[in-house]
This record gives sequence, structure tokens and C-alpha cells, in this order.
Amino acid sequence: MSNQVKTYNFMGLRKLATIFSIILLLVSIGSLAVRGLNFGLDFTGGSLVEVGYEKEADLNNIRLQLQSAGFEGATVQTFGSSNDIMIRLGSAHDPKLGDKVLAALQQGETQNIELRRNEFVGAQVGDELREQGGLGLLLALFMIMLYVAFRFQLKFSVGAVVALIHDVLIVVGFFSLFQFEFDLTVLAAILAVIGYSLNDTIVVADRIRENFRKLRHELPMEIMNISLSQTLSRTLMTSLTTLLVLVALAVFGGEMIHGFAIALLVGVTVGTYSSIYVAANALIMMGICKEDLIPPPKEDQEAIDNLP
Amino acid sequence: MLNRYPLWKNLLIIFILLIGALYASPNLYPEDYAVQLSGNRDIHQVDQPLMDKVTSALTREGLSFKAAELVDKSGLIRFADGETQLRAKKVISTVLGENYIVALNLAPTTPEWLENIGAGPMKLGLDLRGGVHFLLEVDMATAVAQRLDVYVSEIKVKLREDKLRYRSVDHREDGSLAVKFADAATRDSAAVLLRKDYNEFVFQTDDVENANFLTITLTERTTRAIEDYAIKQNLTTLRNRVNELGVAEPLVQRQGRNRIVVQLPGVQDTAAAKRIIGKTANLEFRLEAKPDDSRGLTETYEFRNEPGRKGVLEKDIIITGSSVSNAQSTFDENGQPQVSITLDNKGGQLMGRTTRNAIKRRMAVLFVEYKARTLVETVDGVQVERRIPYIEKKIISLATIQSVLGNQFRITGLDGAGESSELALLLRAGALAAPVYFVEERTVGPSLGAENIQQGVTSVQIGFALVLIFMLVVYRTFGLLANIALCVNLVLLVAVMSLLSATLTLPGIAGIVLTVGMAVDANVLIFARIKEELKNGLPPQSAISAGFDRAFTTILDANITTLIAAVILFAMGTGPVKGFAITLSVGILTSMFTAILVTRALVNLTYGGRKLKSLSI
Repeated sequence: MSNQVKTYNFMGLRKLATIFSIILLLVSIGSLAVRGLNFGLDFTGGSLVEVGYEKEADLNNIRLQLQSAGFEGATVQTFGSSNDIMIRLGSAHDPKLGDKVLAALQQGETQNIELRRNEFVGAQVGDELREQGGLGLLLALFMIMLYVAFRFQLKFSVGAVVALIHDVLIVVGFFSLFQFEFDLTVLAAILAVIGYSLNDTIVVADRIRENFRKLRHELPMEIMNISLSQTLSRTLMTSLTTLLVLVALAVFGGEMIHGFAIALLVGVTVGTYSSIYVAANALIMMGICKEDLIPPPKEDQEAIDNLP
Repeated sequence: MLNRYPLWKNLLIIFILLIGALYASPNLYPEDYAVQLSGNRDIHQVDQPLMDKVTSALTREGLSFKAAELVDKSGLIRFADGETQLRAKKVISTVLGENYIVALNLAPTTPEWLENIGAGPMKLGLDLRGGVHFLLEVDMATAVAQRLDVYVSEIKVKLREDKLRYRSVDHREDGSLAVKFADAATRDSAAVLLRKDYNEFVFQTDDVENANFLTITLTERTTRAIEDYAIKQNLTTLRNRVNELGVAEPLVQRQGRNRIVVQLPGVQDTAAAKRIIGKTANLEFRLEAKPDDSRGLTETYEFRNEPGRKGVLEKDIIITGSSVSNAQSTFDENGQPQVSITLDNKGGQLMGRTTRNAIKRRMAVLFVEYKARTLVETVDGVQVERRIPYIEKKIISLATIQSVLGNQFRITGLDGAGESSELALLLRAGALAAPVYFVEERTVGPSLGAENIQQGVTSVQIGFALVLIFMLVVYRTFGLLANIALCVNLVLLVAVMSLLSATLTLPGIAGIVLTVGMAVDANVLIFARIKEELKNGLPPQSAISAGFDRAFTTILDANITTLIAAVILFAMGTGPVKGFAITLSVGILTSMFTAILVTRALVNLTYGGRKLKSLSI
């Protein structure tokens, strides 16, 4: 066993990482601009009916059945298994819609069809939610920035927020690129990603701060490398355990939280990468130096550090 | 001594764990399929003789039940399975008739001693249990307009009494009233008079050509008060209606300024539920106009069941549905559906006074419904939904008054038994103060709910198992200790959720899974730090101590920031997402406790106070 943790030259790759991040961000923004997001019912408003067949269902036949029953412009797709069908319809509210759709499908059908789910969201509610969701994200970012600035230092807080925006943009971009449905649970997942990625960034930042105070002779770049190397095993362990449970959730959790699990899987992966390469990189770019982190004369920080 | 907790600290941790286990335990008891009985009025109460009647009917039908309890004026009968429960509900409904509400329910089997200390299982959200969720928007503009109508007639009377001649009183588009006078002097004295009596108005005078207007606007505070009243009134009425539907554990709650959430667990027939909940029906009783009545005093309405036929009625309303104290749907001698109505005292007096002078004339029952058309328009390229509310009044019966009517009479001429029982229900439950619109509706079938639970539980189990194995492989003895702490964390999480009676939703389960994954983070941080200190050459005991101490601030900072995100999620989220935010927040707090204190206590018990050469980490 060696006496010191091996130091990897993380920052040596920082130019490459910057280019990589910029490409990811450009693809995300580009996709968002061109393809937009495939918003779920929660955000667009409209009606949704989920029905369950006993055997595999024929999508084309269902489309024809719906068309002849007068449901124009219905989108029909499987939901999870090929026995489960999700039908999305226009925006007017009809209290009997679920039963009507079921009746239309049951006609001339020998197997039993079950009405599994029926949802309606008013257009106005959808709009409000979109607005609220965006506001929530901004508020979360702002509060976190404030907390980090208070506990650490302004440059750290900027670095953390840059990393967060990076992560959120890439997850949203991923959903736009693959046109996965973006619903309320995905928004919740993105807020969880913010929490998670930040968690990672803070752990790294904490070590960077400590090393800046402890190691008097090393250059900022070296301190970054040492800190990242020291926290690497922890970063990987935590990401791995989290990814393990997320894979379990994605595989066994069912269709209704599939989007949630995917968003977190992407988010945790990107979050791990960003706490190494985005947050630390941003600190270097802002020219972080020892003077930024010399503890204030009153040593408040030490008092908190020594709590059990 | 290094790495020894004082006795009190160990005892405190054990105490907290015991309390946690105690409050988490109700979730282990499976729920019983049950049927709940309650009376729909105070006079129809569930008592022991009634329970005996029900149980003997069940025994006669050969349906076995586990228990029959009488709690708080309502009865609960427990069954072994869902099929018996469904069959029993039919039997009980037939035996009791429509004076009693018979509802399907899932009854917790928490032992009494646990219930006495406030313990109970977590509540399941609609996505796990099946049921209906509605979000209703109360039409505030109509609520205010309705109140203004009352003011208009009051103002007219007041002006007439004081011999102040006005030309007209009109509603304006912007929600204000415009009183038109012939000259400025009359207008000014009217302003003085009204200002004295109404502090809820803002008065303004303006002259247009040769007309003198007094513009009356409601103050902001009064508008707010009217809106609050409308919401409260609607909440009460909706609660009554939901109770009439016979749903176990319904939720009717205000959300935001003008919305109401209604959740009906277990209800499948959404169409019926919606018809009853959203209906803003009322009745008006009016006399038919005399042939020589001037046209200004009469109004013409269509018949509800005979399109094209019309009746001319007086403008004056004798009473409205709000005077009805009870209504029952029955059948007349010819087997036609009818509604027997009992009026309250004031309504009975009014009805008596009017009908005394109107024998042999005809009286109409008007069915009043507040409806809305939805128009989708394109404004500046954006599709906008616009609701145009309107009132539909139609005659349901026009019958000759045979004798003076008192507190009790009947309404006939209804469309069928279904309509008569619905009308009776609506009259009993009271009218909505303002129309409501459905802005959101979610229905989850019971099989989907069960599937969601099963999938959620499977993913928690598998995720949990994977993490446990992983930790054990990587950290060996310390991994085992962390695993014990992780199990404790899960128990505490469930205990806190149960104590808060928080609702568990599918995203909530996802939150638990995520918490499990992230909870080990604190332990990983500590263990990584201990390893590092060992490499730096510290002896094992000091390394343990330094590892826990140094990791603490990091854990604190990292968790507080996640908590910020969770709290914001809670504040802006609704329903299922709120469930996720709750489990995430609670999970962060419990995991900090277990990862820092419980693991430390376990490590101390294992290694503390001994001479160590190496650590199994």
C-alpha cells in the first residue's frame, strides 16, 4: 500500500473536456431549438386514456376503430408492454371519454379490454405548470448559489451553478434529442439531479478548499488534481451505488416512472463528470488562488469544522 | 477514550430506533377489505340494532365476515377477500335502502395499542390505490356577479324608499354597477345616501352628455371576501355531495386562490362522480303568469323534456333550492319517479303565503343549471381556451296548485328514476355558490394501482439488495455496519412518513429508491476519509475518529443543498411529485442521522477501546 493517494492529472485533459462539454451543450441547445421537447400531458393539457388488452394489441386496427368512432387526431402508442395502449386526444373535456373510447374499441373485439387510466389536464393548468416548473428550477439554482456563496466563496458558487446548468441542459437536451416524453416526473428527476450533482460538486469543492489551505507550495492546478484524485474513489462509489438503484428502477419500476429513471441515469452520469471537469475547470478559469480561501480572521469556519 | 460513545448517547440512539420501529410497524399489518356504513342525515344513524340487521342479512346470504364494528356513528364490516366485499356491498345496500351510505373501504388492521399512541400505516396515493382525482376551478367572476345582482335589487329598493328617481341600474363589462340619473343633484344625494350604508363600495361620479352616472365598484377587500365565501360554500357543498356518494376517506381541499382538489380513492364510476360533483343545479319555484300580466313582469322558458313547448312565468321567485331541508326520490301511485321535498321553516311560510292566494293557478318548477361553453380561439398565433358561462333554466314541471302548500310537497315530471334520485341528492347536498369547471382529472384503475405498488416494491428490493452487496464487497466489516445503518434508515424513513401521515405515491417510492442509493454516500465519504487517514499513517483508532470528524462538514453541506432542491420541489409540486419531494427530504434527514450517528455507534461498539493493528475497510 502506498503512503499517498495516487494523483491523476485530471486538469491535463481540461481543454479536451471543455471541448467535449461545449459539443454536448451545443447539441442539446440545437436539439431544443429545432426539435423542442416532447411535452407530456401534464404540460400540454389534453386527454389521455390507457387501456389494457389481454393479448397483444394491433395499433393500426385501434387507429381505424377510433377514427370510425369519430375520435380525430388521436395518437396511439404502446405503453410499456404491447398489451398496454396509450391514447392521447385533443383538449376538450369530456367526462365520459374513457368509457366512450373503451366502448369504441370493444366493438367487434372478442378479448376483454380494461380501462386502466384516464387523465385530463386543462390547457391552462398545463401552461401554469410549465411556468411554475421553469420558475422552480431557477429558484432552486439561485438558492443553491446563495448557500454555496455563503458557505464557500463566490467563485465556488459560480462554478457549482455553471456545473448545474451544464447538467440540466444536457438532461433536457437528451430528452429533446430522443423525443422521450417530458412529464412532471421528469421535471422532478431534474430537480433531483440538481440536488445530486451539487452534492458531488460540494464534496469536491470542500476538498479543494481544504487543500488550498493545507498545501502551501503547490500551484492551483496541482491542488485541483490532488483534490480530485483524493475524492475520486468516493465519487465513483456513490455514483455506482446510485446508478445501481436507478438501473433497478428503470428495469423493474414500470412504465410510469421510466422517464424519471432515465432522466436520473443521464443526470447522475453527467453530474459525476461535471463535478470533476466542469466545476473544477470553471474555478481554474476564474483564476482561483489561495487568497480567495484564506479563512477570515475570526476563524468562524474552524468552529463549524470541528463539530462532531 | 477514543471512539467510545458515552452510555447516554448509545441509549438515546437505541431509544430513537425503538420508537422508529414502533411507528413503522403498522405498515406490516395487511389491510382488510371492508364495507363502511353511515347515515346520510342526522336522523338516520347507524346503531347496534341496525348492525344486527345487516349482519343477519349477510349470514342469511351465506357471506362470512371477519368483524363488525360500530365506531363514531358509522359501522365497519371486515371481510376476508375483495369478492366477498363486493357481494356484501350489494346485499347491504338492498337491506338499508337509500337513507344510508354504503361504501367500499380498506380498513387498517393496526392493533389498538398502536393506534392509541398515534401510529398508523402510510396512506397510499391514488396512483397506488386506484381512484379519481379532480381539480376544479371555481368561477369567481360569476360568484361576484351573483352577489352584485343582490346589491342591485337592494340599491333599487333603497333609492325608491328615499324617493330618489333613477333611470336605470346596469352591470358594466368591468364588473361595476352604473346607476343612471336624470340630474346631477339627485345623483349626488343618492351618492350621499348609499355611501352611508355601503362601505364595501367605491363610488365615482361621471357625467356623459346629458346623463349623470354614479359608478359603483366593489372594493378589493369585498371582492376577496366574496371569493373566499364562494370557495368555502363550494367546499361545504362538495363535501356533502362526496359524502352522499359514499366514498371512504375522500379528500376535498382548497388549492391556491380559486381551485379545489377532490380525491376519491377506490371510485371507478367517474362519470357518475363527475355528474354529481360538478353540477351547479338549483331549483326555482315560480307561479305561472296571468294572461294579463305585463311583459315586463314575465319570462318565457322552454320545457326540459318537451322541446318546443314553452311556459310564461312570473319574474318573482317564490323560493329556491336553498330552502330545501330534505329531498327523497320516490315513486307516485302510477310508478312515475318523483321527488318528495321538505322545506325549512322560512321556505314553508313563503310557500304557504304565496299558494294561499293562488289556488287553481299553476306553479312551475324551474331547473337551473350553470353551464359553460368552451371556445378555442387563436389569438396572436396562440391557441387560447375561453369559457363562456351561461345559465340554462328549463321548466321541469308546471302543475295546478290544488291546495295550500306547506312544508312538504312533491315534484313530478322527471325523466326517470335516475334523474329523480340525482335531483334529490343535489337538493339535499345544497347548491354550489359558484359554478365549477374541471381543469384536471386523473383516474387510475385498481389493477394498475396494484401493479404500480408491486413494481415499486420490486425495484426497491432489488436496488436495496444490489447496494447492500456492493457495500459489503467494497468495505467488508465497515460495509456490513453501513448496511445495518441503511436498513435502520429505511425503517426510520417509513416511520417518519407514517407519523406525518404523508401519502406514498409512485414517485414517492422512486424517492425511497433514490434515497437508498444516495444514503450510502455519507458512509462512503466517511470510509474513504478513514482509508485516507490510514494511508497517511494514522493509527486505526485515530483514523476512525478523524474520518468521522472531517467528513462531517462535507456531509452537512452536500445534504443541505439537496434539501434546498427538495423543498422547492415540494413547494411547487402537486400530487405525486409532492410525494417524491417528501420522501426525498425525509430520506435526506434520516440518512444523515443513520450514516453519522448510527454507523458511528456501531463502529464504536465493534472497534472502540481496543488495540487495533488494522481495519477491515
